Formats: sequence, C-alpha cells, structure tokens
Amino acid sequence: MIQEKLWQRFTFAERLSRFAVFLGFAVALALSMRTVQIIPEFLYDAPTQVADLLGRMWPMDFDYYPQGVHATMMETLHIASLGTLLSIFMAVPVGILGANNIVRQPLLHWLSKLILVSSRSVNTLVWALLFVAVFGPGALAGTICIAFRSVGFVGKLFAEALEECNPGPIEALQAAGAPWLSLFLKGYWPQVAPAFWGIFLFRWDINVRESAVIGLVGAGGIGMVLDDALNLFFWDRVAVILLSIFTVVIVAELLVTAIRKRII
Amino acid sequence: MSGGTTTRRPFQTNWLARAGWLLAFLYALYAANLLDISWERFLIGLDNGAKFIGEMVPPNFSRWQLLLGNLIETIEIAIIASAFGVFISLPVGLLAARNLMPAWVTWPFRTFIALCRSFHPVIFAILFVKAVGFGPLAGILTLIFASIGFIGKLFAEAIEEISLKPVEALRATGAPFMSVIVYAVLPQVLNRFIGFSSYQLDANLRNSTMVGIVGAGGIGGTLFSAFQRFDYDFLAAILISIIALVMVSEYISTQVKKVFQ
Amino acid sequence: MSTSPQQPEQPARSLQVDRLTKEYVAGKPILSNISFEVSGRSSVAIIGPSGTGKSTLIRCVNKLIPPTSGNIYVSGENITVLHGARLRRARRKIGMVFQEFNLVERLTVMENVLCGRLGYVSSLRAWLRRYPQRDIEMAFSLLESIGLLDFTRQRADSLSGGQRQRVGIARAIMQEPHVLLADEPTSSLDPKTSVEIMELLVSLTETHQIPLLINIHDVELAKRFTNRVIGIARGGIVFDGPPAELSNDHLKDIYGGENWLQ
Repeated sequence: MIQEKLWQRFTFAERLSRFAVFLGFAVALALSMRTVQIIPEFLYDAPTQVADLLGRMWPMDFDYYPQGVHATMMETLHIASLGTLLSIFMAVPVGILGANNIVRQPLLHWLSKLILVSSRSVNTLVWALLFVAVFGPGALAGTICIAFRSVGFVGKLFAEALEECNPGPIEALQAAGAPWLSLFLKGYWPQVAPAFWGIFLFRWDINVRESAVIGLVGAGGIGMVLDDALNLFFWDRVAVILLSIFTVVIVAELLVTAIRKRII
Repeated sequence: MSGGTTTRRPFQTNWLARAGWLLAFLYALYAANLLDISWERFLIGLDNGAKFIGEMVPPNFSRWQLLLGNLIETIEIAIIASAFGVFISLPVGLLAARNLMPAWVTWPFRTFIALCRSFHPVIFAILFVKAVGFGPLAGILTLIFASIGFIGKLFAEAIEEISLKPVEALRATGAPFMSVIVYAVLPQVLNRFIGFSSYQLDANLRNSTMVGIVGAGGIGGTLFSAFQRFDYDFLAAILISIIALVMVSEYISTQVKKVFQ
Repeated sequence: MSTSPQQPEQPARSLQVDRLTKEYVAGKPILSNISFEVSGRSSVAIIGPSGTGKSTLIRCVNKLIPPTSGNIYVSGENITVLHGARLRRARRKIGMVFQEFNLVERLTVMENVLCGRLGYVSSLRAWLRRYPQRDIEMAFSLLESIGLLDFTRQRADSLSGGQRQRVGIARAIMQEPHVLLADEPTSSLDPKTSVEIMELLVSLTETHQIPLLINIHDVELAKRFTNRVIGIARGGIVFDGPPAELSNDHLKDIYGGENWLQ
C-alpha cells in the first residue's frame, strides 16, 4: 500500500539518463570555467572601456555615409544576392543526390553528405579567407564564399523537402514512362517549389548579414570599410557603418517576412 | 495558389516562372559585371586554387599540441557561452512572448533580441575585444549574445504558439504565476527549447572557431595566423580538426535529444 | 471515500451572485443584473441559448473575466474587489471544469490532478514535484474514485475524451473548493459518456459537499441530474426553480420558437 502511494515523475531509467546528461554538461562547464584563461581585471575594466567606446562613437560621422559607405553597402547586397543565386545552382544537384527517395546510391549519398557537412561546418569567415587566398581580395572571393557557405544549408533543407514529397504523383508519372528529367520537373518540382523559395529567401536574409562581415578578411563589401575604420580608430565612422548594417539587416528581414507571407 | 487555373491554362504560371528565371539570370550578369567578376579572373583563381590545395596536402599535424590546446579553448568557449546563453534566453524568451506578457514588458525584450540577432557575431566580437581585451572572454560574451538572439527569438515564437487552455485552467485554480509557467507553459515548449539549445551548442562550437580571427580566443586566431604566414599544410590540419569537431558534436547532440524525447 | 472534507460542520459553502452585469461593449450588456445564490448540497444547471453569456457568467465568478458591475461572494468573501495574490487565494476556493478539459497534455495524469493543488504549494515545490504527502494520497484516492488509478503515469494526451474530463473533474476537486463551476462539461463528449460524466460530477460534489453550478445546453441532462435550473435569456434570469417546474412554456421563453420541442 505504501509502495503504491509513492509517486515520482519519471521512471528510474529516465531519471538516470537525464541526470547523466545534466551531470555531463555540468562537469564540462565546471572544467571549462576552471581552465579557460580569463583575466578578471579586464572584466572589471569593461564598463569604463564601453563608456569610452560609446563616447568616441558619438557624435556619428554621418557625412561619411555618402562618400564611403553607400557604394560598398550596395556591393554587399549584390554579393549576398549573387552568392545566393550561385549557391542554388550548386545546391540543387547536391540536394537531389542527398534525397534518399530519389537517388538510391549509397556512394552518391555519402558524397552529398560530405559536401553539405563541410560547407556548413566551415565558418563563413574561414571560407572567405580561403577564397581570398585563391582569388585575391575583392567581391569575387566574397561571392564565391557566400555561395559555398550557403550550399550546405540550402542543399540540406532542399533534400529534406524532397524526401517529404508525396510519392503518389511520382509513381503515376513513372507508370506513364516519363523520363528522369520530366519526372523531376513535373513530379517533384511542383511539390517542393514553395519550400524551395522559402529556403532561398531565408538564406538570402542570412547572407545579407554574413556578406556584411566577410570584408573584414578582404572579401569585399562594407566589411572592408569597417575594417579600415577599425584599424584607424575612427569610431564615429564605425558607428555610422554599424548603424547602416543594422538598418539594412532589419529591412531585409521585414522584406523576407512580407514575401514569405505572400508565397506560402 | 493557382491550382484551379493550372488545369485550365497550364502554361500561365510557367511563363511567369520563366520570366522570373530570366530576370534572375539578367540580374546575375549585371551584378557580376558590377562586382568585376570575370571569367579570366575565375580561371586565374582556379589556377591559384590548385596550387593552394597542392600546398595543403599533406596536412601537417606536427604542431598537434598547439592545435589541441586551441581546440580545447574553442570547446570551452562554446560550452560556457551556451550555458549562460541558454540560461539567459529562458527568461528573455518568456518575457518576449506576446501572449503571456503585456506590451510594455515584451517591447524592450523583443528589441533586445532583435539587436542581438541583427549583428553578425564577428561584429560583437570586435566590440567585445575592445571592451574586455583579447582572449576567450570576448569570445564567450560574443557567443552569449548570439545565443540569446537565436534561442530567445525561437523560444518566444514557440510560446506564442502554445494552447492557452491549460493556462486558463491553472489560473482558475489560483496557481501563482510561476506555477502556471512551470506547469502550463513549459511542458508545451520544453522539448523545442532543448532542441534549440542543443542546436545552439553546435552553432556556438562552429562560431567559436571564428571569433578568434578578430582576437576573441579559440582556434580562429591560429587559423588566421596560419593564413597570413602561408602555412597552408598546418591550415589544412586545422580545418580538418574543426570539421571533425563539428561532426562529433552533431553526433552527441542527436544522442542527447533522444534522452529528452 | 477517505478524502474527508476537512471540517464538515463549517458554515455552508456557498456562492452568491449579486446584481452581476457584464458589458463587452459599453452600453450593450450581455448579462444584466443577474442575482442568485447556491449553497449546501445543491446542483444548479444554467441553461440558455448559445451566445447568451453562460460562459461569461461562469468566468465572472472566478474573475477570469472581470465583471462590469455587481458582486460575487464565495462563502461570504467578495471576489470582485480582489486583485493579485488575494484573488489567487480566493480562486483556490472555486473549482472549474472546462468544456475542452484544458488539461496539460504533455504532463501525466497524476501531474494534472496535482495541478489542483498549485494554489496551495509554492512554485518551487511545484516545480520539483515535491507535494505534501497528504496531497498525493488525496490524488490517489480521487483517481481511484474516478476509476483511473491504472493511468497515473500515463500522459494526458493518451486518454480518451471521457477519461480526460474525469481528470479535469479530479483536478477541480483537488482544490477542495467551496463551489464547483462546470462550463459545458459534456459538450465535447458522446451521449453515453456525457451521462457518465454528469453522474460523476453530481456524486463527487455530493460526497465532498460542494455546491455545483453547471453551464449546460442539454436540457434533458440538466433536468435529470440537477435539483435546480436557472434559465437565462436576453441577458437576464427568466426561470429559476426545480426541474419539475420547467415547462415547455418556459423553454419556449428561454430558447424562442417551439418547433424544436416536438
């Protein structure tokens, strides 16, 4: 009877595995906190430094926008858009290879996975460094960097959308003896098109943010101007650049939200 | 959208789509021209690329101690930042949910989240390096803000999608506000929150390889200097380690998610 | 049944509604000047056409919807003037059963039943699931009396509609309320289950000596299970008496028309 009146939320095994996860994370956190090299004095000094920083940023050098910022901001937007377009051309075949309801070749799957994972696990800035080394500084390196970085994201989501396709219409087309390309264009594409454009817009939004910083390592766009201003300690110009990045990012997000509402 | 008309005039939407593709193509040409992207430059680049890859092979792991030390610092930055980021995002997300809180509460928190999201982590890293100096602390602070921006937003959205019926029922029992949150709100969103958090741990790991480029600790600094010294075989070793690290962390987070199903 | 109403000799648990008026749009009251009293072992049904504000009336009682004017007394305490923590404490005395059960689907049956005690335990204890042993025993005996003892550990979303409503009722009784409100408790259920749920509601409130106020659109169920019917139409009370006195003329007055009566 007493046994029966005891009540606990989880079974023993559930509690044990949850406990193990939390314990594992707590130990990792404790170890990290102990060994990571942080100089506390720097932290105490931070408020003064931030105040100093803000003091130098204000008043902003708004005159600098037309002469130094506007053109590179446009360049940034072009890098983002062109890079996203380019990534689509690469991501569609890779995504098709990765969808296991279309391609049933394990080797091709593995290849597609490898491409997708490497694209995503290498950070944009690292990609930018690589392509600056290959193509030299400038927008070309930036565009290719954005494209390569986006392939993993777009390809993965595209493959997932393909895998969620309803097999009914496709079987019907197969039964009618449709060749492979028509099978894709008439069977799969209509089903994944909305998802595809959604992914495209979503990635473009992200790419606007990313293309604003790849210039820090020389890959074109507004980041190069930002880098100059930082190196020369022109904080009033840094403030203007940050403000314009902020504005563009917000506008891009609002735009994408508005378009997504209309197409989905 | 146009399901009804397609059966009658099957080519109408197609023309529209073709016009769109053409427009995209024309834009690509225009933008490429504007950005001074040309075929010759691309070919020269490919040539460079071949040399570049040639120098990367074979990867040079001889400085593995330095590599390992940096990797560990990277992991530490990611773990600390995720812990604090997740911990702070929980209340921030709650306070930003418009179905539970009055507008005067959500407004400042939503602005804060938007601010965290709109700047790329590198920009935060630059500012934090200025504020707290070079080293992992700047990286940790950067990634904490990035985590709040990401988890806070998704968590607030998840809360805005919950069913309010249990909330009404628990308010009717006279439960205190915190109990209503713990019993009627969190059970509905906790799984998703754990999902976002483990994804963010991955993302932080990836980003912590990068913040070092601007001096905020972790393996990024070593990576950047390997670049500047044209030390490409060591660079290859660093890149391979980063990819391996990310893959291992993705595996672990899938396993952890299974525990919380 | 050992869940013992703690002091059987307490002055009658009661609900008094005094000149209650509710306007969603100023000048257009959906309820005007509603007054009635429920006390002791009585079960009262409120009937009336859809959209007459039955749900509003029920929700005004525990101030989930604030009334425009008038007073609500639960065992003598005026609910309408309370705010914040005092309102919460007063709400503990008012149990509520919902049309769509309003359980927390992802929690277990036991957790849902214990939700009825949330007003009594601190948030921290609730979070850690450290309820007083008395509450847990009470929950077990309630689960036994609603026939769901074997489902204690199951999640609420694995239950059928009737089982969920039983859990909803157990949650309300767990509050040890001074009055139990039920807002269309059978509308989401099939006819057989509806009868079972009504039986359960009436018998549980009788054994625990809780006055019951049910909002219901099924007149037959109302007549069969309650000992008093209040008919609401056009924002006011048009009938108040034992079910036996509820004639077709009254129903015509409440719902309008007459063809449906045949």
